[in-house]
Amino acid sequence: MKQVRMIVMVMALMLLTLGVARAETLMMATTTSTDNTGLLDYLAPIFQADTGIELKWTAVGTGKALKMGENCDVDVLLVHAPAAEKAFIESGFGSERRQVMYNDFVIIGPAADPAKVKGMKVAAALKTIAGSGTKFISRGDDSGTNKKEISLWKASGMELPDKEAWYVQTGQGMIATIKVAEEMGGYTMTDRGTFIKYADTNNGNPPLVVLVEGDDVLFNQYSVLLLNKEHCPNARHDLAEKFADWMTSEKGQKIIGDYLMLNQKLFTPNAK
Amino acid sequence: MDFIAQGVLEAFRLLMLGDPQTWSAVRTTIGVSTMSIMASLVLGAPLGFALGYYEFPGKRGVRLLVDTLLSLPTVVIGLLVYAFITRQGPLGDFGLLFTMRGIALGQTLLGLPVVVAMTATAVESQDRRLRQTLLTLGASPGQVLLTTLAEARFAVALAAMAAYGRIVSEVGISMMVGGNIKWHTRTITTAIALETGKGEFGMGVALGLVLMFIAFAVNLLAVMLRRSSQR
Repeated sequence: MKQVRMIVMVMALMLLTLGVARAETLMMATTTSTDNTGLLDYLAPIFQADTGIELKWTAVGTGKALKMGENCDVDVLLVHAPAAEKAFIESGFGSERRQVMYNDFVIIGPAADPAKVKGMKVAAALKTIAGSGTKFISRGDDSGTNKKEISLWKASGMELPDKEAWYVQTGQGMIATIKVAEEMGGYTMTDRGTFIKYADTNNGNPPLVVLVEGDDVLFNQYSVLLLNKEHCPNARHDLAEKFADWMTSEKGQKIIGDYLMLNQKLFTPNAK
Repeated sequence: MDFIAQGVLEAFRLLMLGDPQTWSAVRTTIGVSTMSIMASLVLGAPLGFALGYYEFPGKRGVRLLVDTLLSLPTVVIGLLVYAFITRQGPLGDFGLLFTMRGIALGQTLLGLPVVVAMTATAVESQDRRLRQTLLTLGASPGQVLLTTLAEARFAVALAAMAAYGRIVSEVGISMMVGGNIKWHTRTITTAIALETGKGEFGMGVALGLVLMFIAFAVNLLAVMLRRSSQR
């Protein structure tokens, strides 16, 4: 019997270490880019100091984040797929979309640039990569970046090369996908914020470099989505509203603009 | 290769300097896995014992089902639990999603078949003569049951260790149900998945070593308990 008592004691001690905190918490679903770049780690404490609201978030692809919003599992969304966001509101799941900040997408590849696409427009670059036999690595996970990439293939007048041997779909997050591209010596498309983070991890000298950038179609808008009160009566709409207000306020916007890595802005604030 | 060496150094640094994020993940892991293993044992040991001890119609079918459940992938369990506890699901009102209790629920489903199957096997394979000897000595059916139970305690302990190993090392359920939320539901395994996803391989290795330390400590505790019980 002695050992049973000891087990119970140990278990009780373990359970006591589970501190239960009860602050006002706002649950958000967001994309991997806002999390991996460290933006949210930097914003959340400031937001909490200003409003007393603790921000909790789960970082998934935009596709899954929208699904979580649809299921009312979160209170607010911070995502980057304008077309899908508008459809989300039209379907009656969301009530409001507020643009917060942008960065841009870039096509990156080996510094040697085997397909010779440096400086091209996106459509020309994709066509060239498709005909060159070099690999193109795609997220393939229905994230905001993946949705954008699919639209770019279509815009360049090609079918999505879904079954082509040179088109590799990882189904993983952005940096994991960049790593795959690095290993395979191929090209991939990423948002600039995540690329800067990746460059920073490689001490500012990454194996893959930006080759295609600055084309208007590469613009990447991030927005806060508020959920529909009728569809999700239990979500904390009041806190979500406060978060949206704070993110688009002068202070929130300044803080986003002040977040630098390798002396570069990761996100540019552009609330209306 | 160098990130493995980096990871080993990093592991010591994280634990020695008490890195708050690492300790938060350690606390979450220990807390959740404790809840899960307790629930698995409380539910699983009696079920497993009954399955091994009593004869009833359909017993073979139940055994087959339990053994099949042993190979259910953790992501599938995570998905099933998510389907039930999402706001739109039948248990949506309990607010279990993105909580430690939610993860524990999923992990209990993972540990339960292990405990049931191993306990049942142990009870079945107990020396057949035990029962006859007891009856010959004039034991009542109740006493026979109690003695068999006492004899099965080591099997249950062994089952507990095996189930704990599965629970503490899974990532699918924690990720799907817990959502990997910093300071709340980020366990060591989801933190490893996150760090490798971010390309921080050294950190991933370090956290892996931290998890091994915990497993080592738990096993050491088990050995000590066994020693003290054999005296």
